[in-house]
Amino acid sequence: MANYMDLIASQKNTKGGIIEAFHAIQKEYNYIPREALTAAAKAFGMSEAKAYGVATFYSYLSVEKRGKYIIRMCESAPCHVAGADEVIKAIEKYLGIKTGETTADGKYTLELTECIGQCQATPVITVNSEPIFNVSPEKIPEILSAYK
Amino acid sequence: MEEKRVLLEYADQINPESAADYIKVGGYKGLEKARAMQKKDLIDEVKKSGLRGRGGAGFNAGMKWSFVPQDAPVKYVVCNLDEGEPGTYKDRIICEKNAQALLEGMAICGAAIGSDQGYIYCRGEYPFVVELLKNAVKSAKDAGALGDFDIEVRMGAGAYVCGEETALIESIEGHRGEPRFKPPFPGVAGLWAAPTVVNNVETFACLPYILVNGAEWFAGIGAAKYPGTKVLTLTGDINNPTYFEVPTDYKLRDVIYKLGGGIKNGKKFKAVQVGGTSGAFIPEENLDTQIDFDSMGAIGAALGSGAVLVLDETRDIVDTVARITKFFEHESCGKCNPCREGTFRMCEMLHKVNEGKASEKDLENILRLAKVMRKASLCGLGQAAPIPVESTIKHFKYEYMRKLV
Repeated sequence: MANYMDLIASQKNTKGGIIEAFHAIQKEYNYIPREALTAAAKAFGMSEAKAYGVATFYSYLSVEKRGKYIIRMCESAPCHVAGADEVIKAIEKYLGIKTGETTADGKYTLELTECIGQCQATPVITVNSEPIFNVSPEKIPEILSAYK
Repeated sequence: MEEKRVLLEYADQINPESAADYIKVGGYKGLEKARAMQKKDLIDEVKKSGLRGRGGAGFNAGMKWSFVPQDAPVKYVVCNLDEGEPGTYKDRIICEKNAQALLEGMAICGAAIGSDQGYIYCRGEYPFVVELLKNAVKSAKDAGALGDFDIEVRMGAGAYVCGEETALIESIEGHRGEPRFKPPFPGVAGLWAAPTVVNNVETFACLPYILVNGAEWFAGIGAAKYPGTKVLTLTGDINNPTYFEVPTDYKLRDVIYKLGGGIKNGKKFKAVQVGGTSGAFIPEENLDTQIDFDSMGAIGAALGSGAVLVLDETRDIVDTVARITKFFEHESCGKCNPCREGTFRMCEMLHKVNEGKASEKDLENILRLAKVMRKASLCGLGQAAPIPVESTIKHFKYEYMRKLV
């Protein structure tokens, strides 16, 4: 796992690049650990409070620890009419957690998301930002069991 | 009437990352022409083409560029690829099929306003498009196609409000994506306080074709006041849920029944929401409307991003709209009161209606709140958030009435 100091340093010359640094950190850690946030704030000449404000403004950035696989269910109108509610219930049942939670083994985190721009194949979920198309409650066990 | 492909003519026939592929089908000729022109003549040519912003606001592109002071030492060209409007994926398609046209369009804008630095702000939901664009920029730079114009790709992180141009600028600067007060407009003081042109992907991608074929050619396609083509994305209860590029005088009915192949499972049509989740719901009697900006405006709707969400006769309008109000409640940035509190209360009241607990008084309050939000919100998010609510109360009032206590 890359050191967060190196990840921050790699974006240091990007003007206004704290969000890019957060992305780089999240790619490795799946969330932004407190000490990485502190270091990023310092590197970009921002108060820690302000950096925290940035990190918590955006839905895709998280300051809470998350699982290895982040599953997101789109609940925007096109996916909603295509049956997103039933899919989310199936995922919750399969993983034994509620939306917003992480499984005890630290493997899966379940989140809701707004439109991910794959509306040709609704309903859609993503696993670590990889879209999976035309999902249905029946297909959930097979889809998720592929992520070990 | 058929599709008319301009931006997507070579879809799936060329590698979108490859400048060489694009040059083989006539790419970068427009930029060459633009660079040989005087800046003023170039802006006039774009104005004359009648090209209007494809992001939703429909502002004349050449006019927008003309606000940039020519003598400023640093200027920026920013591409808005934050398409967060639910049901929309046309900018992704344009990038996946013809990314080099976007880069060429940005460089043409750079030549017109005297900028050598561009930024593409891509939504966080499209990390694969970020990679594609980075490779496309490298390919174009290596081929020498962009000359001294540089493009940096930045990735957003899941905030719908960043589609608003000043919020997008704030986000590139590394801040919370909250819209700025206007004026000053970005054309005068935008990214890092320098004059900045922000245009949508589709707007930029039209430019190479305008330069190569001439302003008159473009002005002659589709509707006279909103010329050119528009990429539409069809979703919902439709047989062909895919993308199409059509001239702007194309009729909504033909989008649904000809290109879309009609309603799924042999059901009947109930409503169509055009322009994304902030768009109006349109009933059957208005389907013979052209999709262009002004024709849609005349029926109280908007072309917006070009998303087309079709609902069949079995769909519950109130349930769908209740879901939409939750979207806005979630995406409101919280900077201004009418939107922050308005989207919250609107969501609360719509769910009350949907659960069968509301009275006619609530419906009155919903319409009053809608008016306040439309008039008093700082940016387009809060101003547009009540549109789906108001349009469905107007056209589908019986769906609300039957849920009241």
